[in-house]
Amino acid sequence: MKRHLPLGLLVLAIIGVQLLTRATDTAFYLTPLTMTAYYSLVIVGLCLLMGYAGQISLGHAGFFAIGGYLSAMLTTKNLVPFKDNSLISLCDELGLLVHGQDMFGSAFTHVQPWAACGCAILVTIVVAYAIGIPVLKLKGHYLAMATLGFGIIVYRLALAFPLFGEADGISDVPGFPLLPGLSVSGDFSSRVSNYYLAWGMVALAMWLLVNLIHSRVGRALKAIHGAEGAANATGINTARYKLNTFVISAVLASVAGIFLTHYNGGIGPSEAGIMKSVRYVAIVAIGGMANLWGALTMGALLNIMSLRGMFGSYDDAVFGAILIVIMLFAPQGLLGISLSATFKRILRRGE
Amino acid sequence: MLLEIKNLSRRFGGLQAVSDASFSVRQGMIKAVIGPNGAGKTTLFNLISGTLLPSSGAIHFKGQPIHGLPPYRIARLGMARTYQNIKLYPGMTALENVMVGRHCRSRAGFISGMLSLPWTKKEENASRAAALELLALLDIADLAEVEATSLAFGQQRAVEFARALAMEPELLLLDEPAAGLNIYETAEVARLITKINEQGITVLLVEHDMSLVMDISHEIVVLSFGEKIAEGTPSEIQHNKEVIRIYLGEDDA
Repeated sequence: MKRHLPLGLLVLAIIGVQLLTRATDTAFYLTPLTMTAYYSLVIVGLCLLMGYAGQISLGHAGFFAIGGYLSAMLTTKNLVPFKDNSLISLCDELGLLVHGQDMFGSAFTHVQPWAACGCAILVTIVVAYAIGIPVLKLKGHYLAMATLGFGIIVYRLALAFPLFGEADGISDVPGFPLLPGLSVSGDFSSRVSNYYLAWGMVALAMWLLVNLIHSRVGRALKAIHGAEGAANATGINTARYKLNTFVISAVLASVAGIFLTHYNGGIGPSEAGIMKSVRYVAIVAIGGMANLWGALTMGALLNIMSLRGMFGSYDDAVFGAILIVIMLFAPQGLLGISLSATFKRILRRGE
Repeated sequence: MLLEIKNLSRRFGGLQAVSDASFSVRQGMIKAVIGPNGAGKTTLFNLISGTLLPSSGAIHFKGQPIHGLPPYRIARLGMARTYQNIKLYPGMTALENVMVGRHCRSRAGFISGMLSLPWTKKEENASRAAALELLALLDIADLAEVEATSLAFGQQRAVEFARALAMEPELLLLDEPAAGLNIYETAEVARLITKINEQGITVLLVEHDMSLVMDISHEIVVLSFGEKIAEGTPSEIQHNKEVIRIYLGEDDA
């Protein structure tokens, strides 16, 4: 299968990089690489929405933050003072709460990470539908402005509520035990397993999305992108397809937020900031818009560079500049020009 | 009656684009809508296919009211259309464009698509085969893998035609199918429309090319300034004084 070849290469690259860090004794690279994987999850989801369905979102950091903040809040908020509340005791009976002790030995009750994760995803879906239904009726600049507005609202809410830690964000977020022996956490001992977990999720997301774009739905999305009116007259429920795509990409961003927050042990308001959303959009553009593999490649490359501090204090400015340069000189994306053309040339020579 | 239009009106601000028009299309016929530029023909098509909402009046398709339904619902009922200014999907091959036409005749959704379930592959292959067959019918099978919007004008028209046919419509709306074609291509289009009609697809077309309209249509509706001024067989229309006056001007002018 031609379309699963890149997926195989991705898996090989994931394993190869890990072996390389072990051989060269540079395992400290695994931490930024793991974080990069989660950011890449946001980027490939946004790529589906922007590149294929043709709908821009300048508010994806908002969905990332909804996932991260809710999961962090629910797993750190001490529920002991509320234990008589009927809702809390119901949750307790359902086994959704975890009882333990904090570092000073007093009773500490918080929501079980799986329940927190499920709750965060559910809220994301509800918010994505509630925002998407009115907003996706807009086109072009108006859609960009509306999603930007949504991003700003989430950012201000994160800053405003003591529950979300205001400017400090939320810290001391516990690990997320997925399976016995596999927990999403920044523990030194679970660095390798977390690396494989994060990139495994990226590979899974790529498999699902690549399948989708090669299906009847993917074709319909491309048709909506190209000529929405004609797509509708061909029998495609354009509003519902745009909305579903919006929700899928929001959920990917939210899941990335949840996992990265448990991995980092905390989340701050900068994750909800506008510049994060701009960064995601910039990377999708550099990757070539309708190019999932391009978005993943550029996303991995630029995020690791940013996380290693290569852009210094000009970090946000670099992504802004990249967006301008790409729009001016390579609207097809950096990889779109060179790689695919080169690849085709090689293929043709082989015939 | 397959399609019934009753007292249909549409106004754009001060302009009455379609005014109290009524006519119907019987199953199996080729019916043409003619009229001078600005007579409201394309507006009429946009109203029938649901792209525009009527200001007043009713449209019934297969006995069911369709005014107010979104275009995709009308399309699923069995109505397909082409456009005067061709609307193909850019960035997709001719084959993919036609396969989009199979959308309403297939059902793989988001979840089954993401999981690439075995039955979706079967459906996908069937869609591909049907699309290739239509491209072959229109003599453009060799262009299947070419990006549709890069094709020559006549070929793009053929792809759009194939896309509409892929929907297996009962009623096909053709908006100026011969616009921009030379006389040989026009004759080819005429043969094609007749052939499609013989397979049981009802055709409603808007056209400027009088010889094409007179040759192939069973009935003709004439619009002028949004109003229906005549309806009848080609020979009736050719001898209708009102129609002659509109097209050629008055005797004493």
